[in-house]
Amino acid sequence: MNRNKSVTLFIQCLVDQIYPEVGDAMVAVFQKLGISVNCPTEQTCCGQSAYNSGYKSVSKTAAKRFIEIFEKSEVIVCPSGSCVDMVRNHYPSLFRNEPDWHSRAENVGGKTYEFTEYLVDVLKVEDFGASFKEKLTYHDSCHLLRNIGVKDQPRKLISKVAGAELVEMGNSDKCCGFGGTFSIKYPQISTAILDEKLDNIMSSGATTVVGCDVGCLMNIQGRLSRKKLPIKTMHIAQLLVQ
Amino acid sequence: MTTISTEHYKNKAKEAIKDDVLQSALAGLQNRLGPATAAMYKNLPEGDELRYKAHEVRMFALDNLDMLLEQLAQKIRQRGGNVFFARDQKEAVNYCLEITRRRKAKLAVKGKSMVSEEIGLNDALIKDGVKAVETDLGEYIVQLAGEHPSHIIAPAIHKTRNQIGSLFEEKLGISYTNDPPTLTKAARKHLRDAFLTADIGFSGCNLACAETGHITTLSNEGNIRLATTLPKVHVAIMGMERIVASLEDHDALFRLLSRGAAAQNLAGYVSYIGGPALDSEIDGPEEFHLVILDNGRSKILADEEFKEILCCIRCAACLNVCPVYGKIGGHSYGCTYTGPIGAVLTPLMTDIGQSKDLFQGESLCGACQDNCPVNINLPRMLLALRAKTAEGDPRWNIKPSSPVEKFIFSIWSKLISNRKAYDFFFRLARFGQKILPTKNGEIRKLPPPFSGWTLDRDMQQIASKSFIQKWKETQK
Repeated sequence: MNRNKSVTLFIQCLVDQIYPEVGDAMVAVFQKLGISVNCPTEQTCCGQSAYNSGYKSVSKTAAKRFIEIFEKSEVIVCPSGSCVDMVRNHYPSLFRNEPDWHSRAENVGGKTYEFTEYLVDVLKVEDFGASFKEKLTYHDSCHLLRNIGVKDQPRKLISKVAGAELVEMGNSDKCCGFGGTFSIKYPQISTAILDEKLDNIMSSGATTVVGCDVGCLMNIQGRLSRKKLPIKTMHIAQLLVQ
Repeated sequence: MTTISTEHYKNKAKEAIKDDVLQSALAGLQNRLGPATAAMYKNLPEGDELRYKAHEVRMFALDNLDMLLEQLAQKIRQRGGNVFFARDQKEAVNYCLEITRRRKAKLAVKGKSMVSEEIGLNDALIKDGVKAVETDLGEYIVQLAGEHPSHIIAPAIHKTRNQIGSLFEEKLGISYTNDPPTLTKAARKHLRDAFLTADIGFSGCNLACAETGHITTLSNEGNIRLATTLPKVHVAIMGMERIVASLEDHDALFRLLSRGAAAQNLAGYVSYIGGPALDSEIDGPEEFHLVILDNGRSKILADEEFKEILCCIRCAACLNVCPVYGKIGGHSYGCTYTGPIGAVLTPLMTDIGQSKDLFQGESLCGACQDNCPVNINLPRMLLALRAKTAEGDPRWNIKPSSPVEKFIFSIWSKLISNRKAYDFFFRLARFGQKILPTKNGEIRKLPPPFSGWTLDRDMQQIASKSFIQKWKETQK
């Protein structure tokens, strides 16, 4: 049924370099659906870290390059809410005084989807036949939730995983303290926020934290590891191929 | 102005995080008010539409500010009130002092007002021989302790009832108790005397309406009504942006203000004030002054990028959901306006470079905008301020503030423009990480400029092959 469909992978830089297994899982999910996958190998980084630090000219360079690489694609799918937010919402605003680039940015932004958003809202598939016998809790990433509006989609996907029990943590929509360079520049504040997230995770009784953004998951995992807490983190794409 | 010491942000934040009493007070505040406010918005008949409408109403007022303020001033003058446009805090304070001197005032009572904090009115009055008494219970506590408010609406949120008990024991001479009703009664007794003998009353202004020519004050303790009607003189101070065009617009904001501030449908006491008491009226002051303060607001108004911040009605709803405020509390910001609103407003009103920690030290989570009754896009302006420090802007007298960071991003710009260079960089990093201290595949200590990450966290190592590299191999 999906024979004519194809998706182009927009691989977040953190996934590319640190968590390539998340990309592998995403490919496996699409293959299961019979959707052909392509991936521009010249892609690098969407420029979000520069943008969030105020370096607009650097992020413009990244944005132009991204647009040139991806604008011919039919559908672009990314395993990160904040990167989709960058492309969909911030690229057009970067070029608000450059009409040509602005319309190209809007065109690319309009066909760029976050992974779970694409599965649930566009493909309308929720059950991937995955099985994972654990208690899971889901962390809502800030930009995914507030700027992309994805809240129910990952929960629907988790609910269809055989054996998995979704237990909501308290304040699942509260920031984990990552905030990109914020976590490096203001580590004590970042950790204080993160510890509250960890408390909420622990109180939920879950053994695995599932999320849609490896930035947040890397942050949570880093603290869990430092505190030697026996809880795992997992990107939702990885859960769907279990 | 209250001394601005925003450069101590990091150190004060560290101290605040270690303060268990403060942490539990902040958690209590946020767990109580954050979700309650969200629920209030949801239960509005118009839902979020009212917030969007309120935003438009505020922007319309800002676009017509000169005319609306003139309309307000004219109506108040017609009723025998005085209106003074103060360019800065010094002019505002001097105007207030002229009145206290002329009236030979010895005692002033104050309704809670952040704008009076902004201009440093209390210190100026005291220095001029006028005893200024804060009459909002929280403000009264903070004043007795010789501190400044740590929250726009809940000024003494950083204090426990035990601390307040000891404070009252020391300052009011009552025997120690931590029973809130007993403490409130003790404060009430002292404040009642002040209300009845004060020569002058000062207040802020929650909203003003041009159509009717009145200002509105809200309180839950009735103290503002007492402070503005019992003394013979009432001086109200308002930020020049705090006006709307019509009573209908006023109504929309009015409904949102108490919801944002305290998750209430409406504050307990609401007063519309348009001038001194008329001859036919028994109550009210014989003299009424409205001080309309600029103090940097015109400059913000003239900048399209930041004008939106003047939509703020100072309800503090953003503080009640901000993860950063929830950990560091108000005093870490080192300025009058704290939390997300302060992180944007303070740099614009003072010095962007000096107060850069305020907007850089935010996680950009966006909860503030969701909880804002007038839907101000605070994250957008936090980013715009970061762009000022990153790239400089002569209009705001700011130069690029971090040459090292700028250099790093210029290198990054080159790397992300060329996949081969990018791959080469990560090959080096993959090689370099081998010499870093590692445990179970997690890096324990990263070198600068990333060392902040591993202060309290581990870092997963860079993978042996990037996704793109693996992809290329499978495609062969």
